[in-house]
Amino acid sequence: MSGWPIRKQAGLDAHEKKSIGKGVFRKCNGCGETISAERMADNFEVCPLCGRHHKLASARWRDLLLDDGHLEEWSAELSPTDPLEFTDGRTYTERIATAQKSAKSKDAIEIGRAALEGTPIAYGAFLFAFMGGSMGSVVGEKITRLFEKATEERLPVVLLQASGGARMQEGILSLMQMAKTVSALERLRAARLPFFSVMLDPTTGGVAASFAFLGDVNIAEPDALIGFAGPRVIETTIRQKLPPGFQRSEFLLAHGMVDRIVSRLSMRREIAQLARQLSGLPALPAPAAGDAVVPPSVSVPP
Amino acid sequence: MAATVLPFEKPVVELVTRVRELRVLAETDPHFEPELKRLEDRAAKLARELFAELTPWQKVQLSRHPNRPYTLDYVEALFEEWQELHGDRRFADDAAIVCGMARFRGRSVVVVGHQKGRTTKEKAARNFGQANPEGNRKANRMYELADKFRLPILTFIDTPGAYPGIGAEERGQSEAIGACLAAMARAQVPIVATIIGEGGSGGALALGVANRVNVLEYGTYSVISPEGCASILWKDGSKGDEAALRMRMTSPDLLALKVVDNVIEEPVGGAHQDPAEAARLVGDAIAAALADLEGLSPEALADDRYRRFRSLGAFS
Ligand SMILES: [Zn+2]
Repeated sequence: MSGWPIRKQAGLDAHEKKSIGKGVFRKCNGCGETISAERMADNFEVCPLCGRHHKLASARWRDLLLDDGHLEEWSAELSPTDPLEFTDGRTYTERIATAQKSAKSKDAIEIGRAALEGTPIAYGAFLFAFMGGSMGSVVGEKITRLFEKATEERLPVVLLQASGGARMQEGILSLMQMAKTVSALERLRAARLPFFSVMLDPTTGGVAASFAFLGDVNIAEPDALIGFAGPRVIETTIRQKLPPGFQRSEFLLAHGMVDRIVSRLSMRREIAQLARQLSGLPALPAPAAGDAVVPPSVSVPP
Repeated sequence: MAATVLPFEKPVVELVTRVRELRVLAETDPHFEPELKRLEDRAAKLARELFAELTPWQKVQLSRHPNRPYTLDYVEALFEEWQELHGDRRFADDAAIVCGMARFRGRSVVVVGHQKGRTTKEKAARNFGQANPEGNRKANRMYELADKFRLPILTFIDTPGAYPGIGAEERGQSEAIGACLAAMARAQVPIVATIIGEGGSGGALALGVANRVNVLEYGTYSVISPEGCASILWKDGSKGDEAALRMRMTSPDLLALKVVDNVIEEPVGGAHQDPAEAARLVGDAIAAALADLEGLSPEALADDRYRRFRSLGAFS
C-alpha cells in the first residue's frame, strides 16, 4: 500500500463537477483503469470493473439509500460558532465560512426522517467534504437530537459515518460531544430501538471511539479506513511501518470488530431487512426479477 | 524519588524549600515561629505571583511533572481497605489503569484511575499511563460492578491518551472506549471524576463521564495533546507551546467552558511540593461532590449526568 490516501483523495465536489460533462474520465483508485466519470457517477462511485468504493457525496447517498431520495431534514439551521476564538494562521470563523460555501451545508452532518424500503427511519450522514467530517458542537448536537428524536418517535437509527474524528478547532468541547452523543444513544438502547452504525471511509478518532462501534449492527463499506488512532500517529509512536491492509474494513472484520462488510450497492436492502427483523415487522417482498435493489443504471462488479 | 525541578519552577522551589527548613528549625526553637510565619506568608505570596504568570505550556509541563502525585498516591492517602482488582477477564491486566474497592471516609466506593510509573521500569510496565483496550475494558467492568451494587464511582484521570498501537487497534481500542462512555452514561450511581494531571483525549474521557468533574489547578484536559495539535496544524510537533495557548486546556478555561465543575487549588508550588496537602484538598473536593449528589435516586443520578453533558457545546 502506498501511503494513506485520506487527505489526498479528490473532494466530492470535484467528482461531481467532473461527472457533469460527457467525455470526462476518471482513474479508478483500485484497478487504475480509466472510466468515464458519468459511468462512475451512475454506479454511485463504485468502480464497475473492480468494485472499489470511492467517496460518495451526501446527496447521492440519499438517492442510493432513501425512498425517493427524500430526507425530511431536522435542525439544518444549526451553525458552528467559535467558542475558543481559535486560529492557526486562519481563524476558525474563516474556515467555517469557506467550508459552508464549498460543502453547501452549515456543518458536517445531515439528519432527519426518511424511509428505507418503506420502513420509517431516523437517518444521519456525515459530510466528509465539510472539514473532513470532523465532529464539533454542531455535529455532536445533531447526533444527540437524532438519537433523542428517534427514541421519542420510536424509529430505528441509520447513521453513516465518514469522519477523521474530533474537530480540533473546538478543542475540549469536541471531546465532550463523544460523551453527549453516547449518552443519547444509551437512551435509544434503553428504548430497545435498533442502531445501525455504517462506517464509511474514513471512520477514525473521536467518532470511532464513541458511537461508531456501539451499533446493534456494525456495517463497514469495503476497504474503508477505520480505527482509533490515525495510521501516521501509530507509525510515529511505534517507529515502524504498518502492515498492508491495517485498519481496513477487512482487518476489522477479521478481528471481530465489525459485523459485516457490505457493498454500497446492496446496503439499502440489507439494512432494510435487518431493521424490519429487529423491529418485528413483516418481511419485505422479495425483489421481483428485473426489479433492481439499486437503481437500474448500476452495475455490480463480480 | 529523585526531585526534578523544571527551569521555571526554580525560584518557587527554592522558596518552598527554605520555608520547609525553617519549619524544622521552628519545631526545636519556638523563637523562630514569628519569623517562620512571616516568611511562609511571603513565600506563599511570591510563589502565587510567580505561578500566576505561568503560560499554558508551563502548566502542561506541571501536569506532567514526574514528581506529581499519581492515582495510587491519592489512593494511599484517601482510602481505607483498598484492594486492587485486576484484569479485564478477556485478555490481560493492563497496569496503565488501576481499579479497586475501598472505603472513602467510611463509605464503600469503586475506584478507577490511570497510573503512571516512577522508575524507568515501572513507566514501561504502566505504559506511561496509556491504556490499551484491556485497561479500558477493566474500567468498564468496574463501572458495571459499581452499578450492580449501587456504589459510587471515583475516578482519577491522568493519561496522555489511550495507547495508539497495532495491538490496540487489533483488539478494538475504539470499541473499548465507546463502551466505557456508554457504561458511565447509564450507571445509576454517583460518579465523581478528578483530573489529577493530564486529561488526554478519549483515553481521559473513558474515565470522565461523571456527574461532577474536578480538576486540579495545574491539571489539563484536551481533545489532543498540544504536540499532536501542532503537528497537524503546523506540521511541527515542537510548537506545543503555541498549541497549548490556542487550545484552552488549563483549569480556568475548562471551568469557563463548563467542562469541569470545580478547580481544586494546589499547594504552593504545585501538588508535588506537598502531596499530603494536595490529597487532603482532593479528598475534600470529592466529599463535597458526593454530598451534593446525596439523596438523588438512581434514575435521577443518570439524568443529572445526562443533563450535564447534554448542555456542552457551542452553536447558533
Ligand atoms: Zn476499479
